Amino acid sequence: MADNSSNDAYWSANLRIIVISLIIWAIVSFGFGILLRPMLSGIAVGGTDLGFWFAQQGSIIVFLILIFNYAFRMNKLDREHGVDEE
Amino acid sequence: MDQFTINLLFVGASFALYIGIAIWARAGSTSEFYAAGRGVHPVTNGMATAADWMSAASFISMAGLIAFTGYDNSSFLMGWTGGYVLLALLLAPYLRKFGKFTVSEFIGDRFYSQTARIVAVVCLIVASTTYVIGQMTGVGVAFGRFLEVDNTTGLLIGAAVVFAYAVFGGMKGVTYTQVAQYVVLIMAYTIPAIFISLQLTGTPIPALGLFGEHAASGEPLLAKLDAIVTELGFNEYTAHHADTFNMVLFTLSLMIGTAGLPHVIMRFFTVPKVSDARWSAGWALVFIALLYLTAPAVGAMARLNISEMMWPNGGVNGEAVSVEQIENEERYDWMKTWQKTGLLNWEDKNGDGKIQYYNDKSEAMQAMAAEKGWTGNELTKFNRDILVLANPEIANLPGWVIGLVAAGGLAAALSTAAGLLLAISSAVSHDLIKGAINPQISEKGELFSARVAMAVAIVVATYLGLNPPGFAAQTVALAFGLAAASIFPALMMGIFSTKINNTGAVAGMIAGISVTLIYIFLHKGWFFVPGTNSFTDADPLLGTVKSTSFGAIGAAINFTVAYVVSGMTKPLPAEIKELVQSVRVPRGAGSAQDH
Repeated sequence: MADNSSNDAYWSANLRIIVISLIIWAIVSFGFGILLRPMLSGIAVGGTDLGFWFAQQGSIIVFLILIFNYAFRMNKLDREHGVDEE
Repeated sequence: MDQFTINLLFVGASFALYIGIAIWARAGSTSEFYAAGRGVHPVTNGMATAADWMSAASFISMAGLIAFTGYDNSSFLMGWTGGYVLLALLLAPYLRKFGKFTVSEFIGDRFYSQTARIVAVVCLIVASTTYVIGQMTGVGVAFGRFLEVDNTTGLLIGAAVVFAYAVFGGMKGVTYTQVAQYVVLIMAYTIPAIFISLQLTGTPIPALGLFGEHAASGEPLLAKLDAIVTELGFNEYTAHHADTFNMVLFTLSLMIGTAGLPHVIMRFFTVPKVSDARWSAGWALVFIALLYLTAPAVGAMARLNISEMMWPNGGVNGEAVSVEQIENEERYDWMKTWQKTGLLNWEDKNGDGKIQYYNDKSEAMQAMAAEKGWTGNELTKFNRDILVLANPEIANLPGWVIGLVAAGGLAAALSTAAGLLLAISSAVSHDLIKGAINPQISEKGELFSARVAMAVAIVVATYLGLNPPGFAAQTVALAFGLAAASIFPALMMGIFSTKINNTGAVAGMIAGISVTLIYIFLHKGWFFVPGTNSFTDADPLLGTVKSTSFGAIGAAINFTVAYVVSGMTKPLPAEIKELVQSVRVPRGAGSAQDH
C-alpha cells in the first residue's frame, strides 16, 4: 500500500469531487426542479417552463452525467495516486 | 389468433427463456450463490440492477401516478433516480472494496458489534419482506388480467418460476435472468410509448414528444393537456400545487431510501473491481433512465387520450361520450375489458345516455353541472394502476404489443421479487446461521442453508401474496423509511467517519428506525390496525410532513444520535481505523475476491 500522506491526498481529492457533485445533484433536483422553479418560469420549454423540464427530465440526465464523470475522474485519480487495482 | 393466445405465447416464451438461463447458470459455491463469483461485467450488472430495482411499482404504477397528478408527482422521477448518485458516490465502490457478501456483514465488521449486525439483519428482512409482498400481488394481478386464470393460480405459477431460477441459480442465475427480464420489460414499456408518441406528436422518441407539438392541434402537447384538464375542472397538469416543503422532503426520502435498499446494494458485490462498481452504477442508471424518461411521456399522453375519449365531440362544451358508443364502438373495447376486472367503472347517474367525466369537486364545475343537468362525475372508477397495462388498448395498438406488455409487467415483478428473496436468504444463511448460530458450518452446509432459506422465503412471500395483510400498500413507505433511517446512514458513517463507534452506530440505527416507525404508526395506525392512528397524512403531526416523507428526518436523527453517542463513549480501536482506511482505497480488492 502507498504511504499515508499520498492516501490522505487521494482521500481529500475524492471528497472534493463528491462534494461538488452533490451540490450539482441538489441544485438540479431540489433547486431547479422544485424550489427555484418560480424563478425559472420565464424560460419556456415545449409548452411549459424550464423547472418542469428539470423535474421530469433534466435532473435525470444530469444525474447520469454526474455518475459517469465521477467514475472517470476517480479511476484516473486511482492511477495517479498508485492506489488502483493491478 | 385471439388476444388470449398471443398473451400466452409471449408470457410462455419469456418464462421458458428464464428457466433456460437458470439451468445454464447454476451456482456451485457460496461465492457464486451470493455474488455470482464476482465475475459480472459492469454493463451486465448495470442491466441486472435496473431490472432488480424497477419493480411492479415502477412499471405498472408510476406513469399512472404522474398522469393523474402531473408535476406534483415528479418526486418519484427525481427520487428514484437521484438515489443512484448517492449510491455511486457514497456507497458502491467502498462496499465492493470491503469484499464480503452482505450489507449487514459490513455493518457488523465495521462497528465490531454482533448487535449492530443483527439490528441490520432485522431491518433488512423487514424492509425486503414487505417489499416482496407487493411484487407477488402484482404477479397475481398481471396473470389474472392477461391469462384469464384466477389470482391464486397466477401467483402459484409465478412463484414456481422464481423458485426454479433463484433457488438453484442464486445470484448467478438471478443476474442473468434479470438481464433477460430487463430486455423484455424495457421493450414492453417503450414500444407502446413510441407508437403513442408517433400518433400524438409525430416523434418516435416519447421523451421528446412530451415537450413537442400535439400534431392534431399544432399546440405544444403540454399546453394542450393543461387546457383540456382545466376545462374539466382538474388541476393544471404542469403547475405546482403540492406543499413545497413536503415535496422536497419526500424526494429526499425516496433518494436516501433507494441508496439504502439492500437488494440493490448487494448487486455491486458481483463486479470484479472497485472501478467496475463505479461504472456499473452509471450503467444501472442509464438502463433505468430509459424507462424513467419515457414514464412522464406515457403519463401525459395517456391522460390526454383518456380525456379526449370521454369528450370526443369538442370537449366539455360539446357532447360527452354516449353509453351506446362505449358499448358498440371498437375503440372503446378496452373500457369493457377493464370493467370486468372491477378496476374501471362508469354509471349514467342522470340517465341522459351519456357519460360525463369531470371533476365534481370543483365549484366552477358544480355550477356548470347544475346548469346542464349533470349529477356528478360518471366515470366512477379509474384505478391508476391499470393505466400502463391498458395503454396499448386505449391507443388501439396491435395485439402483439398487448402480449408484450403482459410479459413486461411480469418480468418487472419477478425480477424484483428474485432480488429481494436473494437479499433475505443471504441475510439468513450468511449473517444469522454462519455469523451467529453456527460459525463452523461448511461451505456446502452454508450453500444448502441458503437454498432452504430462499425456499422458505418464497413460500412465505407466496402465502402473504395470496392473503395480503391489509397494510400491504402502506408498507412500501415503511420499507423506504426503514432503509433511509437505518441502513443508509450506518453504511455512510462506516465509510466516511473514523469517529463513529459500535455504541454510536447501534444507538443511531435504533433511534432512526424507532422514531420513523412511530411516526408512520401515528399516521397509518399502530401496526397498521385501522382506526388506531392519531393523525392523518392530510393533517400530519409535524407541519406538512407526511408519514411517507419522514425517512429523511429518520436518517438525520440516526446521524445525530450516532455522533453524539460516539462522542461520549470509547473511541474506535486501531484495527477498525485501519479497516476504514483500507475500504477507502481500491488497491487490494482482488484479494478479497477469494476470501
